[in-house]
Amino acid sequence: MSDTKVKRPDRTVEEIESVVIRFAGDSGDGMQLTGTQFSNTAAFVGNDISTLPDFPAEIRAPAGSLPGVSAFQLNFSSVDILTPGDEPDVLVAMNPAALKTNLSDLKRNGRLIINTDAFTPMNLRKAGYETNPLEDGTIKDYQVIEIPITSSNAQALKEVDLPKKAIDRSKNFWALGLLFWLYDRPLEPTIKWVTDKFGKNEVLVEANVTALKAGFAYADASELFTAHYRVERAVIEPGTYRKITGNEAIVLGAVAASILAKKQLVYASYPITPASDILHMLSHYRHMDIRTVQAEDEIAAMGAVLGASFAGALAMTGTSGPGLALKAEAMSLALMTELPCVVVDIQRAGPSTGMPTKTEQGDLLQAMFGRNSDSPVAIVAPATPSDCFEMTIDAFRLAVRGMVPTILLSDGYLGNGAEPWKLPNVEDLEPIVIKHPTEPNNGGYLPYLRDKETLARPWAIPGTPDLEHRIGGLEKADKTGNVSYDPENHQRMTDLRHEKVQRLQQIIPLQEVEGEETGDLLVIGWGGTYGAIRTAVRRARRDGRKVSHAHLRYLNPFPANVKEVLSGFKRVLIPELNNGQLLMLIRAEFLVDAVGYNKVYGQPFKVSELVAKIDELC
Amino acid sequence: MSDLKSATPVLTKKDFTSDQEVRWCPGCGDYAILAQVQKVVPTLGIPKEKFVFVSGIGCSSRFPYYMNTYGFHTIHGRAPTVATGIKVANPDLSVWLVTGDGDALSIGGNHLIHALRRNIDIKILLFNNRIYGLTKGQYSPTSEQGKRTKSTPMGSVDYPLHPVSTALAAEATFVARTIDTDTKHLTATLERAAAHKGSAFVEIFQNCNIFNDKAFEYFKGKDVKADRMVEIEHGRPLRFGSENEKGIRWNGKSLEVVTVGDGAEESDLLVHDEQASLHAPFLLGRMDYPAFPIAIGVFRAIERATYENLVDQQVETAKASREPDTLRSLLYSADSWEVE
Repeated sequence: MSDTKVKRPDRTVEEIESVVIRFAGDSGDGMQLTGTQFSNTAAFVGNDISTLPDFPAEIRAPAGSLPGVSAFQLNFSSVDILTPGDEPDVLVAMNPAALKTNLSDLKRNGRLIINTDAFTPMNLRKAGYETNPLEDGTIKDYQVIEIPITSSNAQALKEVDLPKKAIDRSKNFWALGLLFWLYDRPLEPTIKWVTDKFGKNEVLVEANVTALKAGFAYADASELFTAHYRVERAVIEPGTYRKITGNEAIVLGAVAASILAKKQLVYASYPITPASDILHMLSHYRHMDIRTVQAEDEIAAMGAVLGASFAGALAMTGTSGPGLALKAEAMSLALMTELPCVVVDIQRAGPSTGMPTKTEQGDLLQAMFGRNSDSPVAIVAPATPSDCFEMTIDAFRLAVRGMVPTILLSDGYLGNGAEPWKLPNVEDLEPIVIKHPTEPNNGGYLPYLRDKETLARPWAIPGTPDLEHRIGGLEKADKTGNVSYDPENHQRMTDLRHEKVQRLQQIIPLQEVEGEETGDLLVIGWGGTYGAIRTAVRRARRDGRKVSHAHLRYLNPFPANVKEVLSGFKRVLIPELNNGQLLMLIRAEFLVDAVGYNKVYGQPFKVSELVAKIDELC
Repeated sequence: MSDLKSATPVLTKKDFTSDQEVRWCPGCGDYAILAQVQKVVPTLGIPKEKFVFVSGIGCSSRFPYYMNTYGFHTIHGRAPTVATGIKVANPDLSVWLVTGDGDALSIGGNHLIHALRRNIDIKILLFNNRIYGLTKGQYSPTSEQGKRTKSTPMGSVDYPLHPVSTALAAEATFVARTIDTDTKHLTATLERAAAHKGSAFVEIFQNCNIFNDKAFEYFKGKDVKADRMVEIEHGRPLRFGSENEKGIRWNGKSLEVVTVGDGAEESDLLVHDEQASLHAPFLLGRMDYPAFPIAIGVFRAIERATYENLVDQQVETAKASREPDTLRSLLYSADSWEVE
């Protein structure tokens, strides 16, 4: 271990409310790890945080190239924050390509930390710079801190027995140490993480910890910074917290649903960005009898889900837009055979392969209508990363109550973004009650004899004596489930499939509104835009606007009071990261002249643009 | 896993006959297969409620409606995926998959090969009539090249796919072929498939008397079958012919037909080995008239752990090394922190 002394600096400490930092570098530079470590530490010492990882789809695009830039933005704060921030206060640019692709986002007069070692003629050329931006005035509007990070790191690690390449790889920890000094964060959580992660490989532990401490010491000793900054703990509700991403929350929600239902969970999936992490993480729960299947394709994953559901398991699949398209036919079979299952869609920018690592809300209409004929399913949409936990449990609740497939629409921003999560009181989580019939229901067994309240059919499972029955994709006769081409029966069954989904309103909470229930403008959102919309509406309200916010978490059916909520406002604005999909549904369903604010940049909304739109409308 | 054969009441064919009217065309080969399946399954010692019949789309896929068991008539080509899900969720069930040449080898080709290579314990009965029946007579992936059908008035240009070759290429642990009209052989083959632990693939030559009538008569016709078919049996030399005078010999480079007593001895003949490496059953499965007789029987039967048993083992191993989570231990992990 290095003997670098970490002394507490005695320079002035300035209190600030919140800071937005963006780490940007080559995809091999470890920027995601650096950002995650900073976030973990900030959350650990009590800041509120919100993160935005932004990385290329290419595993390793050519080093130094523009498409190879990987970035991680985080907002940490002493007050309640809901977004990763519009513009970074600090940009760490590890190479010219990172500078080129990120500089325009940096706040004017923002702090720009540059790894000068990477600004070689070759790297400048790869980034498309004809002149050196460090010299040609490109960065004159910022507080520039030029540091030879690569060589300083190599110097600090000269005693470490590793090849140069491996030593250079730890320069992200050096940069992290520097930022930890600047923002007065402790090193211990990261040192513990490094030790746990590389425990067996002592040289790697030594390299990374030495790099971290050296960066910290460099900032302390050099004259680069006149002050360092402190973001106090956020005043947040007492309780136990953990940092969570949306995909992690889905995993925990699915395992919790299995516990709450006292049922085995089967998760079948085909790898797809940005949903694969759900498969990775769930595969670690074999001890809970959770059976993960990596299927041969998206269709097979959906088919296996149906088979598992028929056999009586809680069944779930996860995918993204292109995969949802492939699953459509089997989902249609699920709703025809009235088998419960949950289909998770971590939406990404499309159409077709689109931009796999970029976020979008483009699949709402696909979820609503993307199957042949009238084929209603239940749809829910979590609002924040941690909300994915509750909504996954709710998705199962709706699915088994209505015997209907339920789609959960998350997105890349929620899936990969992190926030602190106040853990729920486990006693407050209601059991999921499932009853499989064990006795005949009408002398024999009628698989489509419906529950009077929910209209759901009974879920008798193979292995149960005397309840043998056949189901399938051909239209079913009401009650008996036999194949039927009777015209009136088809009308009745189509109506029942619709009504059954509508009746899920019985357990869907009424729509809440932040702000007054009447006013000039209601902003309606859904899914991952919650943080940006809520922050914008709060800001506009502080400016005296009569604006309220309703964020829909249940999209089919809508909560029972949406029409009433809409009626209290002169105008309705629906911001979405698509070309107006909820807008179309709301206009069609409620005949209100709502207007949209639509954007498909593959990035979340900025608060400022939403505030501007609100100002324009009221 | 409980024993499938525990305390089973005596079952008969009637127990497995549903109240649904069978709607295949009169004279269809499917009737004979249905009758044999309904005859075989009661004898397996498995309680009726543990059977699940799964099918895709096509004439053969109506099969589950006629079996008084749990049944799932799924969508075109996807039956192996649904069967996989059933077996993963409940390995205790006896899962049978009924499919056709179009369902299994065209739209569902991908799922078939993956079900086979995973060795999931399902019985796959592929009714091969070398034609699309339900869509009224287009050529199928097993139709012979040059076949004139509604969609190929000048003859199909596609080369056909061989079901047995495909199953062997996917490393299926049990691969057999039989014929709808040969009730004795069909019954014996179904019994062998049922007894096999793992994916059992059975190609059944099935006559479609409407769109491809007598498709198999060229080798199985009463007058020609002795010389044009060979029944393969484990441990026995391959012999056939009206006088049982012919045999199949491996000459070091390829298979050849020889006459015993006329340049070849019984001891020269190939002795069938169900556990032989893959290329032996592959060659036997591809024998076709006129160069060779067509083989029926069990081409390959080997033991290998099934997919669901391996998953079960992982679950047991994981359970032995780690306590089950409660809601509290699930959420309140080592990474959580307190805010006061």
